[in-house]
Amino acid sequence: MSLVFAGVCSHAPGITGRRDRADPVVRDAFYSAYDRMRQALEAARPDVLVVVGAEHFANFFMNNMPALCVGMGDHYEGPIEDEAWLGIKHARFPGAPELSMQLIQDMMNDVDLAYAQEWKFDHGIMVPLHFLTPRADLPIIPVNINCQGPPLIPLKRCYDFGRALKRACDARPERIAVIGTGGISHWPATPDSGRINEPWDREFLDKFLGNRREELLAYDDAETWREAGQGGLEIRTFIAVAGAAEGHTGELWFYAPIPIFAVGCTVAVMNL
Amino acid sequence: MSLYNVQKLLFQLNRDPAVRRRFDDAFETLLADYELTEEEQHALRDPDIGLLYVMGVNGQILMHYAALRGFEWNAYMEAMREGERKYGPVRTGLYTRAQGR
Repeated sequence: MSLVFAGVCSHAPGITGRRDRADPVVRDAFYSAYDRMRQALEAARPDVLVVVGAEHFANFFMNNMPALCVGMGDHYEGPIEDEAWLGIKHARFPGAPELSMQLIQDMMNDVDLAYAQEWKFDHGIMVPLHFLTPRADLPIIPVNINCQGPPLIPLKRCYDFGRALKRACDARPERIAVIGTGGISHWPATPDSGRINEPWDREFLDKFLGNRREELLAYDDAETWREAGQGGLEIRTFIAVAGAAEGHTGELWFYAPIPIFAVGCTVAVMNL
Repeated sequence: MSLYNVQKLLFQLNRDPAVRRRFDDAFETLLADYELTEEEQHALRDPDIGLLYVMGVNGQILMHYAALRGFEWNAYMEAMREGERKYGPVRTGLYTRAQGR
C-alpha cells in the first residue's frame, strides 16, 4: 500500500514542558496545527507510524553511535525524561516488530542500518506523539538519525534513506505513515536557547516544501552550524521525509518562532 | 577522553534507575567508578553547571543534570552564562564553534 501520510513537525521539549510561559495566542495556534495534523493522520488510516527523529542521548551514546537506526521492538516507552520537566505523562506504545524487520531488510539493499529492539523515547519522539497519537494506540516504528554531533551522516544519505523507506513501504500491504521531527534553526540547551533564525528557516522550508532535492542537499553542515545553530543539523529528519515523498510537494500548516520553546515551531504535510 | 567519562556518567544517570539510586545513596562511590579529573569531580559534586558547560558537556545531557539538581530553566540558562563569564569560552566539543554572538 505504501505511504499514506508524510509530514514534519517540531519536537522541542519546551513545547510541552514550558507551555505556560509562551504567548497563549501563538502557542494555541501551534497546538491547533498539531491537532490538524493528528486529524489528517487519522484520516489516512495508517496501520503504523514511522517517526524519523533525532534523539538526544537517550538510547545511543558515543560508545556505539549509529548513524541510522530503526526500532524493531515489541513496544516502546517514554518519556525517558522527568514527566514534570517535559510535561508529558509516561506511556507505553505498541511496536510493529515484524513489519520493522521486513522494512529494515528491504532498506538494507540501499542503506546501512542499525536496529534496536529496546528504545526509550525522549522528547524528540514523545512531543510529537503527545499531540498526534494521544491514546498511544498506533503502532510506532522509531527511526533515529544521529544529529547530535559529528561525524554526521551526509544529507544525501538522509534523502537516500527516505527513498529506501518509500521503496520498502511500496512492497508492503500495510498503510504506513511517516513523520520527521526536528528543529530547523535553533540553539537548544545552550545560553543561546531561544535564538531563532527565521529567514533561514523560511528559506529552508521553501526548499523542503518544494521538495527541491538538489537545493536541500546543497546545505553545508559548517554553514548550517553557523547560521542555524547545532540544532539546525536536525534538518536531516526533514530531508529524510523529503526523500520518502520524492516527487511530491508540501504545505506549511504552521510556522512561528516561539523563543521560550527554543525553536521555530513548524507543522507541515506533504501532498502524497 | 575525560570529558567522555563525564558525559557517560550523566548519560547513564539520565537513563538508568540503578545509577540514579547510586547517585542518591552513594554519590562518591559512583564518581569513583569513572575516570574523572579533580575539576570534573568538583563540577559534578558542587554542582557547577556553568563549568560543566564550559568543559564541553553536551547540553542535551547537561540540561537533565541541571534539572535533577534543582535548576529551573532560567537558572540553567544563567548558570551557563555565568560559566562563560567565570571560566571563559567553551573548551571543546559541540559548542566551541562560532555561535554568532
